[in-house]
Amino acid sequence: MQIFTNANYDFIRWRWHAIILSLVVIGAGVFLIVTRGLPLGIDFSGGTSLVAQFGEEVSLDRVREAVAPLPGDEVVQQFGDAAERRVLIRLPQVEGAEEGVELERSALRAEQALRDAGLGSFEIVNRELVGPVIGADLQRRGILATLTSLIAITIYIGFRFRFSFAVGAIAATLHDVFVTLAFLMFFRYDISLNVVAAILTITGYSVNDTIVIFDRVRENLRSRRKEPLDQVVNRSVNQTLGRTIITAGTTFLSVLALYVYGGEALEGFAFTMLVGVVSGTYSTVFIASAIAIILSQQKGAKTPATAVPPAEATPRQGRKQGRVRAS
Amino acid sequence: MMKNIQWRLGLIAVVIGLSVWAFTPPSQKVKLGLDLKGGVHLVLRVKTDDALGVETEMTVERLRDGLTRAGVQFSRLEATGSEEFRVEGLQDDRAFREQSVDAETVYDRLSEAGGYTYRMKPNIANQLRDETVAQALETIERRVNELGVAEPIVARYGARDQILVQLPGVSDVRRAKEIIRSTARLELRLVDQGPFPSREAALQAYNNALPADSEILPGRTEGTGTAGTAGTAFYVLKKVAVVAGNDLRNAQQSLDEFNRPAVSFTLKQDAAVRFGSFTEANIGRPMGIVMDERVMSVATIQGRITDSGQITGISREEMLDQVITLKSGALPASMDYLEERTVGPSLGADSVRAGVTASLAGLGFVVVFMAFYYKLTGLNAIVSIGVNLLILLGLMAFVPVTMTLPGVAGFILTIGMGVDSNVLIFERIKEELATSRGVRAAVNAGFDRVWWTIVDTHVSSLIAALLLLQFGTGPIRGFAVTLIIGLLSNVFTAVFVSRTMFELVLSRRHAHALSI
Repeated sequence: MQIFTNANYDFIRWRWHAIILSLVVIGAGVFLIVTRGLPLGIDFSGGTSLVAQFGEEVSLDRVREAVAPLPGDEVVQQFGDAAERRVLIRLPQVEGAEEGVELERSALRAEQALRDAGLGSFEIVNRELVGPVIGADLQRRGILATLTSLIAITIYIGFRFRFSFAVGAIAATLHDVFVTLAFLMFFRYDISLNVVAAILTITGYSVNDTIVIFDRVRENLRSRRKEPLDQVVNRSVNQTLGRTIITAGTTFLSVLALYVYGGEALEGFAFTMLVGVVSGTYSTVFIASAIAIILSQQKGAKTPATAVPPAEATPRQGRKQGRVRAS
Repeated sequence: MMKNIQWRLGLIAVVIGLSVWAFTPPSQKVKLGLDLKGGVHLVLRVKTDDALGVETEMTVERLRDGLTRAGVQFSRLEATGSEEFRVEGLQDDRAFREQSVDAETVYDRLSEAGGYTYRMKPNIANQLRDETVAQALETIERRVNELGVAEPIVARYGARDQILVQLPGVSDVRRAKEIIRSTARLELRLVDQGPFPSREAALQAYNNALPADSEILPGRTEGTGTAGTAGTAFYVLKKVAVVAGNDLRNAQQSLDEFNRPAVSFTLKQDAAVRFGSFTEANIGRPMGIVMDERVMSVATIQGRITDSGQITGISREEMLDQVITLKSGALPASMDYLEERTVGPSLGADSVRAGVTASLAGLGFVVVFMAFYYKLTGLNAIVSIGVNLLILLGLMAFVPVTMTLPGVAGFILTIGMGVDSNVLIFERIKEELATSRGVRAAVNAGFDRVWWTIVDTHVSSLIAALLLLQFGTGPIRGFAVTLIIGLLSNVFTAVFVSRTMFELVLSRRHAHALSI
């Protein structure tokens, strides 16, 4: 069985459309981040989160009412299945709260408020209190880890392939990080520690995908020295298309299992992975190779005209493929 | 050829055997993290400034003592910060310098108008901070062990003044926190005056000018209430302790003369000598037993006491907690809680169920797809992914790696990666077959051509996973380690195991077709 027999789609032709589409999504995401601010979870912003298991059915509105008088904006959500009667209550970092004894104050106040509201018996099954020092520390380390991993991967690809490919791969990876962030904004997910872990995993996954295609490009460049780079890239994308789709599909479905069955605690992680897998596949096909080609062209090399459709947005007159070289 | 396959199969059988042996029985060998098992996760910060402040105070007092004895005049001598003190109004600089030799081994002297400022040498300050954290760590470890928690974790964490404490299966968070944090700084100090009903009243007794060597501490009126709450009294005490927590040799449960719970303690040899001459010199004066900056009891010194004492007027629970904290030694500095996470055991059990369901669903889907899409060759992939998961479980039990909720996600991603490598190889073999080569040549070419791609993809994923390990705390580390082990074993299974199976099939029948 074969999904694509001798696939020959002209992906490179659509590269500018793809870049514009990506820029629109990323732009919308950045706009939301700027206007609304990045919705940091309590891991990073500090604060209190409680999961209360109620003895009997209780409406979210009544819980909301009960905790409303507490300082700051509270978030009250169903936690997991409605039948489990678990409610998540999140309270922001209290301004100027001292660490230590004070750390517990919001949690104790919320528990008291729930008791006073007469919502029946309840048990706190999960309690997380994060002080501002820990939050700030994690923020710093999260950003550092993401940046260093991008730099280290760029260096590795630059070493194994060549510089323009490394830039293409890293652009695709950054693209995935930003698209994922944009979707997290659209669907109002908080950036928790697990979400950052998912984003870091996505960077690895996205680079993986890109490397598979670049490897094929390198191999094809050795055997087809006459062909211009954009055609070689297009052929390579097509040759690996079966693998790209199957891998993306199976990974997507395994992560979907995690999203559906993994429970409340992993939902943010699984959602991030779902978006990342789709974006990673899309960016591999459209963004990484496009940027690698654009960068190679900008080196000013010239080759004879080729048989690629004229709809191309870039002039292809007089390009030389002599610079194309496998490392 | 057959020889070759035989040793390959043998190696695979050994690896599988070792893995299965390592994680049997799973309920004992695979360690569950707090998020799956339930328990308490705490991050504390040691206030290292405290320890430096004590050192500075002590240096100031020793210097004051020396200057007074040598008759050197000065107008002001006091600590101006935890690492700094200042001396002013010196008449005889040479005589002063003779006395300050000791202090200058630890402090840098800065000449300033009207006197000197002494600042602790940076390397000594750093060393002292480090020692303070190390000592706090040891103390907490001992206390946690006294609590009787199975497999607790006490370790340095993040920034260098932070300590991580994990107590699996603990439900009484409050008691655990109190025992861990209680500084248990036991001191015996001379009481100047008291008790007073309030802080203000105590101040008034000194016309609002407390002597520099004294301070006001809360305590309780004899026999009633808990310190710091109802029945509070205030005492004026000397700042410098005659005996401090680290002079303590032992502490044990006992009863006072009215058969009420009490804590008896004995002093170490050198402290006992010091205490003996002190009590002798101060007969008839009141002495306070101070614990954690609270006056636990005040007694009049009746005669020379050398090596033992008793804390009275406490509840039974207080007694037990105090024995634990006193026995484990004093914490060198007070501490703050920076982070606290408590997971109830029922929530953890639910997460385990969800994780197992999700993994099985993911695995089930992959198995069905592979068998359907790649037919018989799909079995290769299923076997190699299965072996990969066995190795992953085995290594996790062997290292050992704690299984966390994100670690479950790592499992599912490992399945995904296994699929990817196999698909990469199979698709390549299909392509090679399409160029109408022989089956054997196609299989060989498929594996050879894809080898470097697999290396590249795994190295770049490893880079991301290693950085996650650096960045990660707790559960995220579990995820990163799972991913790293999964990546490494995947290279073995997707290439070595899968290829061996191809060889096996090809050697059995001199096939001209491959079910792929």
